[in-house]
Amino acid sequence: MIIEGRVHKYGDNVDTDVIIPARYLNTTDPARLAAHCMEDIDASFVSSVKPGDIIVGGMNFGCGSSREHAPLAIKGSGVSFVLAKSFARIFFRNAINIGLAILECPEAVDGIRDGDTVEIDVDTGVITNKTTAERFTAQPFPPFLQKIIAAGGLMASIAAGKGARG
Amino acid sequence: MGMTITQKIIARHAGLASVKAGQFVECALDLVLGNDITAPIAIEEFEKCGAGRVFDPAKVALVPDHFTPNKDIAAATQCARMRRFARSHDIVNYFEVGQMGIEHALLPEMGLVVSGDAVIGADSHTCTYGALGAFSTGVGSTDMAAGMATGRCWFKVPAAFNFRLTGRPGPYVGGKDVILHIIGLIGVDGALYRSMEFSGEGVGALTMDDRFTIANMAIEAGAKNGIFPVDEQTLAYVREHSDRSPVTEAADSDAEYEKTFSIDLTQIPLTVAYPHLPSNTRPVAEARDVPIDQVVIGSCTNGRFSDLRAAADVLRGRRVAKGVRAIIIPATQRIYLKAMKEGLLETFVEAGCAVSTPTCGPCLGGHMGILAAGERAVATTNRNFVGRMGHVESEVYLAGPAVAAASAVAGRIASPDEL
Ligand code: SF4
Repeated sequence: MIIEGRVHKYGDNVDTDVIIPARYLNTTDPARLAAHCMEDIDASFVSSVKPGDIIVGGMNFGCGSSREHAPLAIKGSGVSFVLAKSFARIFFRNAINIGLAILECPEAVDGIRDGDTVEIDVDTGVITNKTTAERFTAQPFPPFLQKIIAAGGLMASIAAGKGARG
Repeated sequence: MGMTITQKIIARHAGLASVKAGQFVECALDLVLGNDITAPIAIEEFEKCGAGRVFDPAKVALVPDHFTPNKDIAAATQCARMRRFARSHDIVNYFEVGQMGIEHALLPEMGLVVSGDAVIGADSHTCTYGALGAFSTGVGSTDMAAGMATGRCWFKVPAAFNFRLTGRPGPYVGGKDVILHIIGLIGVDGALYRSMEFSGEGVGALTMDDRFTIANMAIEAGAKNGIFPVDEQTLAYVREHSDRSPVTEAADSDAEYEKTFSIDLTQIPLTVAYPHLPSNTRPVAEARDVPIDQVVIGSCTNGRFSDLRAAADVLRGRRVAKGVRAIIIPATQRIYLKAMKEGLLETFVEAGCAVSTPTCGPCLGGHMGILAAGERAVATTNRNFVGRMGHVESEVYLAGPAVAAASAVAGRIASPDEL
């Protein structure tokens, strides 16, 4: 799968409270969550985000609470991919479990600026910054996680009777 | 190569003789937890996949604690959803308003987690039960749904850091100061993906409540879990609260730790974390000119009985400063009742504090003490992110209960010694 989109770039330790503030957690509807996505860190995100856009973050992206509302809000806002130097572990699980594509690649994050256009080959981990023509390669997921993603997420893999065994 | 405490618990629940860091395994679970915010999504996923019944109605715990007593119609709708699910699946451990408490204080108190268990919860502070020598970690709602359906969860076996504790904490210094100090040392992603394992003779100088507070905030250093060795105090706690048998796992002598930190408890000062990261710590002694508008004493971090007692010892015979709102929230009904019987609630009310029924409330900016723009709070909670307790231009300073109470009296961040 090849993804291409415009980048919204943020720094280190983007926490789930700024991705989707707790005051909006009284709903689980991705569209309603998306209406407040990134509100406390980037008030213009909701009006500027276009389907297919890519979020790029620094270290420890998605730290804080376990709220799955955070990747749901990001996915609901049309974002196709999140690239970061590293992910907080619960966000990492949640993204995979709900089928939001993510990868970790510190070099690529350093080589991408806000507003750049980036292409990501999810299968090979090759990341191309089309604005600067620079290329980077991220470590692709281990087979265990690829199986969950290929099934369309954790619940789909369970429903298919395959379980989530590695 | 030997195994850490966490690795041993994971291996046993995966049915394997041994595991090593980085390996992917699937574990059988002793308990699956969710709350009024995370369970509704899990229930939706659970029903969508056609799972039928939960794997074991005695091993699922559902606690409405975040936006309860229901703060608005949307919250009421979410709680109703969870309540219906609990009824239709005969969930044994569903706790209605009136019996409920903040989940991570409630579950150990109800004896639902014992040493050696493997527990997931759709709440990041599920790592609290590491105080009991259990492997417990926060997951998302989809993991919770899968856990309720299958009784299992996938894990990447974590590497570990060893925190060797020596000495005894000084006066007023508690678990909160210890963990804030450690997070200040290693940073909010300092233990990312790893277990924080505590060891050494200093463990014996920490009460169970101190250990709950410390394990609770392991996630604030990015850790998968924080865990304590099981000692006499742990076993006494488990005996008092549960009729289940604990399993004591100890780290092998050749267990692999990526790093070992030596922490002398004697040297740890009363500590406060400035906005907007729990790692932004300083000694309270260096924070004396920060005026405040609100104090919150409660949460899964510091809403236990000993926390209330520490606060009451400072507030007794004193008054909350003019212009400061002090809100005290016992974490469970049992703690509330004990605080009432021992006269602590009277002390609080006489000092001019508002005392609430158990709820997460202000901790996550839900209700019961939201901050306006420009306001500052000292809170015994665990996160001081931007907007965590209300307006994005408000500020949260994290501290232990004695410092929070002293700050309420002084009207600025203060140590109890200054009063
Ligand atoms: S008290 Fe705060 S941190 Fe603890 S479970 Fe409730 S909202 Fe989460």
